[in-house]
Amino acid sequence: MGQWVSEIWHSREILYFLAWRDVKVRYKQAALGVAWALLQPLFTMITFAFFFGKLAGIPSDGVPYPLFSYSALLLWTYFSVTLSQVGNSLIANSSLITKIYFPRVLLPAAAALGGLLDLFVSSVFLIGMLLYYHMTPRWTVLLTPIFVGQTVLLVMGLGMLLAALNVRYRDVKYTIPFLTQLGLFVTPIIYPVSFLPHRFQGWLALNPMTGVIQGFRACLFGGGQVDWDVLGCSWIVTLLLLLIGSWHFRSTERVFADVV
Amino acid sequence: MPGRAQVMTESITVENLSKRYELGALQQETQLRDQLVRLLRAPFGRRAPKEVLWALRDVSFTVQQGEVVGIIGRNGAGKSTLLKILAKITYPTSGRVRARGRVAALLEVGAGFHEELTGRENIFLNGSIMGMKKKEVDAKLEAIVEFSGLQRFIDTPIKRYSTGMRSRLGFAVAAHLDPDVLIVDEVLAVGDAVFQKKCVSAMHDLRGGGRTVLFVSHNMAAVENLCSRGMWIAEGRIKLDGPMREVIEAYMGSFASADGASKALIAADARGGSGEIRFTRVEFRSTDGGLQTVTRCGKSLVIRLHYRAKEPIERPAFALRMYTELGTLVTDTGTWLHGLDIPLVPAGDGYLDLEIDSLNLVPGRYYLSLKVDSLLETRVYDALEHAVHLDIEEAPIYGLSRRIDSRFGLVFFPQRWRLDGIGSGARIEVSPAANG
Repeated sequence: MGQWVSEIWHSREILYFLAWRDVKVRYKQAALGVAWALLQPLFTMITFAFFFGKLAGIPSDGVPYPLFSYSALLLWTYFSVTLSQVGNSLIANSSLITKIYFPRVLLPAAAALGGLLDLFVSSVFLIGMLLYYHMTPRWTVLLTPIFVGQTVLLVMGLGMLLAALNVRYRDVKYTIPFLTQLGLFVTPIIYPVSFLPHRFQGWLALNPMTGVIQGFRACLFGGGQVDWDVLGCSWIVTLLLLLIGSWHFRSTERVFADVV
Repeated sequence: MPGRAQVMTESITVENLSKRYELGALQQETQLRDQLVRLLRAPFGRRAPKEVLWALRDVSFTVQQGEVVGIIGRNGAGKSTLLKILAKITYPTSGRVRARGRVAALLEVGAGFHEELTGRENIFLNGSIMGMKKKEVDAKLEAIVEFSGLQRFIDTPIKRYSTGMRSRLGFAVAAHLDPDVLIVDEVLAVGDAVFQKKCVSAMHDLRGGGRTVLFVSHNMAAVENLCSRGMWIAEGRIKLDGPMREVIEAYMGSFASADGASKALIAADARGGSGEIRFTRVEFRSTDGGLQTVTRCGKSLVIRLHYRAKEPIERPAFALRMYTELGTLVTDTGTWLHGLDIPLVPAGDGYLDLEIDSLNLVPGRYYLSLKVDSLLETRVYDALEHAVHLDIEEAPIYGLSRRIDSRFGLVFFPQRWRLDGIGSGARIEVSPAANG
């Protein structure tokens, strides 16, 4: 493992160039360019605010509903979009894998990193929304990168597992969008955790994104007690997935070039 | 490094390398569904036996630093698998590989290029993936662009590039990698002649700098010119390892069986003539007597024409014509043209030889037509159109690796260009390698 980490460290420039390529290519011929990063969470938020916030009257822990859902969608969009890119990163780069040697893990890592630009762009809009709603950011805003970081780790853990499986079983490719679609509903994005009957709340905590989003909101808006159990559970699951993901990736990466 | 004395250090060591592929298994079960179905049908059943292919079997060799090794063999012989293992792209089933220093593998020119990125952007991407630091790429960017000759297009997305342009860019990056071991697979197959010359020259420079080069190619002229040592791989094993030229000749000889060098004409249909005397066999022989299974351009050749006369024939004339594949007459020669008058051919079997000192034809397939007629009367005894073909194989022409074929005409002369009249500006771009 130590050798693996040191090899990755030595190849960090490749990681940078691969991420740079992903970003560059994504927006190369798009007229709206990076604005796309904003449009997806923005329009989802508007739809949610109308149907769930206005019509269904789902509570939002005292925060304006658009802000409540947008803050979660920010991370969720990164999670779902990037997870599918990470999961497909190996098969999308099969020509590289079969022709050049470099640490394979750089491909999922580059995909996970490349998605951060979109997250950054949509975060700028979040700041605009905070100002619009006259919410003065508290010092805890400085802690939000922790949750962004956790999301990256989660995407990497799950992504490495899926990417490696994807090399052998193309079923994974179809499973990822399905998973993220379901995930949207078992993560407190549309609703706060308190909205669920108490006996379901524990199950929700098993979803690591629950802790991430709760923590992220707590840092932004304050109020509400931070549920340390949920947070702890979320970190345990995240680290466990990271461990399983990298272990599986490590044990299969030697055959990627033969199978992909 | 050039300053350092050429001590013999092992650059690559390969021990008992084997690589097994399981055929069928991969395609059949890439869907999870298939595996589940199999499990349901026969939960305790054994898996169907897999078809196994040994791409490499127990291969061992060492390469010294500074050696340039040409690897030849038919498609599917295991050459590419060997290169892929040396390049760490795939892993051996068993055995070990050790390589000293930075290894750069050029298995496909421009692998990892991205269509949407410009030439310049791809230089950075490709250079970095191949192991260059960004600082190195920055420093060498100008040289790379110049080498590629694509200055005008360097900021154009490479999806607008031709195949030739892509490979120029790819090789340009590779040529500046500065590796200790360079592994190259068939890069000279693409690109125009000028660029090929540059590639060969770059590979010569590597050799001069004490770098180790492993080179796979089907271009025998290039292999012979560049490499001092050859390895012929057949069915996953090293069939022959030795001086490049010997290995090439053995390899080429394996294609041409002895019956290629000796062709019976008895059953030939489409022959004319009255038949008192018939050609029975054509043999291609070397000047030292034996059958010549491989005829390379520029070398000597003896064409032996066997005949059978049913009765004594007075004053016959034997003639031979050689055509290209497209039917262009290359030469028409005969005993009469050489001023030979054969008073009598006795009944029975016999032969006559046509000795060619140097066959200065470009590589390719040529057809021979044979005729024997009479000097006394207008009578043709035997006439065979395109009776046999002769394959002329590549060899370094003009001492260079350039692949010369029918695009360069039909013949090449023993010749040289003199540049003395140009002045001091002229210089030789490619150092012609020792050419045997």
